[in-house]
Amino acid sequence: MTEQAHRSLQSERPFSAKRFFLQWEWMLAIIFIVVNMANASLSPNYLVFDSIMSAIQMFCDKAILVFPMMLVILLGDIDISVASIMALSAVSMGVSFNAGLPIGAAILVAILVGGACGLANGLLLIKFKELSSMVVTLVGQIVFRGIASIILQDQAAGGFPSWFQYLGWGYVGKIPFILLIVIAEAIVFGFVIHFTRFGRSVYAIGNNETAARYSGIKTKSVRLLAFVIMGLFSGVAAIFLASKMGSVRPSVAKGYEMDVIAMVVLGGVSNNGGKGRVMGVVIATFIVGLLRYGLGIVNVPSQTIMIIVGALLIIAVIIPNLKSSLSGFRMFKKIAGKGQ
Amino acid sequence: MKKSLTRRVSQNAREICLLAVIALIAVLVNVRSGGNFLAPKNISDMLVETSILAVLAMGMMSVIITGGIDLSVGSTMALAGMVGTTVLRDSMTELGQGLHPALVIALAIGVGMAAGLLNGFLVARLNVLPIIATLGTMNIYRGATYLLSGGKWMLQQNMTVDFMAVATGKAFLGVNNLIWIALAVFAINFYFLGYTRTGRRIYAVGNSKESAEVSGINTKAVTILAYVITGGLAGLAGILYVCKYAAAQGETATGYELSVIAACVLGGVSISGGLGKAHGAILGALLFGMLNNALPLLKISPFWQEAIRGLIILISIIVNALVSRRSAFKALERRVAA
Repeated sequence: MTEQAHRSLQSERPFSAKRFFLQWEWMLAIIFIVVNMANASLSPNYLVFDSIMSAIQMFCDKAILVFPMMLVILLGDIDISVASIMALSAVSMGVSFNAGLPIGAAILVAILVGGACGLANGLLLIKFKELSSMVVTLVGQIVFRGIASIILQDQAAGGFPSWFQYLGWGYVGKIPFILLIVIAEAIVFGFVIHFTRFGRSVYAIGNNETAARYSGIKTKSVRLLAFVIMGLFSGVAAIFLASKMGSVRPSVAKGYEMDVIAMVVLGGVSNNGGKGRVMGVVIATFIVGLLRYGLGIVNVPSQTIMIIVGALLIIAVIIPNLKSSLSGFRMFKKIAGKGQ
Repeated sequence: MKKSLTRRVSQNAREICLLAVIALIAVLVNVRSGGNFLAPKNISDMLVETSILAVLAMGMMSVIITGGIDLSVGSTMALAGMVGTTVLRDSMTELGQGLHPALVIALAIGVGMAAGLLNGFLVARLNVLPIIATLGTMNIYRGATYLLSGGKWMLQQNMTVDFMAVATGKAFLGVNNLIWIALAVFAINFYFLGYTRTGRRIYAVGNSKESAEVSGINTKAVTILAYVITGGLAGLAGILYVCKYAAAQGETATGYELSVIAACVLGGVSISGGLGKAHGAILGALLFGMLNNALPLLKISPFWQEAIRGLIILISIIVNALVSRRSAFKALERRVAA
């Protein structure tokens, strides 16, 4: 049943090998392989299992945010307050732990604070339809980090128990624990986005909100839910960040939102909404993360890496546009030809 | 046709509201700070601080009116400032003479326009969404600034006295040059957006690209022009920033893009495009600058300032939304009555 709904929405015709291989995910897979080959040829130390695993561990706290951000961008919205939500969640967790709460309860506090921030964003959005998500979350970015700095001022909170470090630094066998979390998250989001009614309504809203509303989708609830999910996962990411850093300050995670948005968009999710798949986002996350790591070990300055990531982002978005404008041109010629 | 006064007032309800809010805050802060806030010295300091943001807001608003956004302005500022000062340093003789400041400023504006041209080309010609294109170029321009500087700072000793005098001098009436520059940019922008054919076309593109296209407007050229204007003014703001603080470095103006977007939104420039006035945006920048100045003056703990600033922005945009809801309703009523 869901399969059928999927097909009718994508208006797909019978399977065609050409179309299958023209998918964006293949392009990403090629970029991924090229990046890894380039890295491996630049540095003999690159293709060592342990070091790759530790590299992956470095960017996995951003990877946690990538999937809920995908949900938000699929809706045609954006959330630039995630880094501030992380800061507020992390600070709340640190402060409540230092105030004597058990660590389990402090973790819960972090997640709930994240959810509350997401709820605030979402409520403002659906109550004031004049305000765009860019504006609302811009304000959120200022306010949430502002509250974090009221709570903790220029202090740091921390002193977490030693097992807490395991979340960010621990391994299960030879695989980092945090990577397993990200994989599990990818599977859950893959299922929710591609195979549930909620996921399909997200695509529908992203494609055309008015049409979605008239076809009976509760567009406001879906948007609200997406922002709450974004907030909850920001809280989760904050826990792992705190575990990695050992202590928290109001200034943690600055600039994370741009990296996360870049990963999602590189993964083929359109900021116009309604386009993109989880698989692409997964590959794109690893491309950006491993590119940073690989260029870092051959001592490319971080500024150059910045330029490369920026250029990659733009080029990645241009290529499918060229393809579609080319096919649009062909279609136009066909129609014009028929008219004569 | 002459517009009646009531019509004029109702068309500018948003800006009048904003002006009232600014006046109210100014009076309240002045009372609380024991008259320090409205002292001439403080007003002048505040306006100088605000002028760079105002120049930037004047640029940013054209892009926002086309329905786009430019996240790269902070990086463009840094790049233009760095290029300008690097060229200035290389031109300096042992006696401390160098290029004329006007040439340095022109160069920075040129760099900014080139950066804006690339943004505009990506958005209009290659159909990249504005937020993505400028997110990418934000990284690129910032990286280029670092590479150009090699991680070093350009300091006072790398700049000529004439150049630094631009930001400290008072050319007319004892008012700082930066304020004059901001006023000039505002006056030109007010006329350009409100009363020239090209300016009105920017609104047309923002309101409905399809209708603009159908009515014979070259929407691509107009969009590119909007980005070039934004870039050029970001270049100007960048060199003025460097001039004022007598330092150029890789981190110059990080995060400025969000302040300027906030200022535009405060000023009633709608992110969805097609709406916004130059006098609104400059009032928005003024309110933003006032908050930055007033909070420390009221001896509010620095840790509280960010949240308070955010809350005031939040309240203003909500009021703004309600005002525009009401005026849309009024317009509907008028049409029904007619």
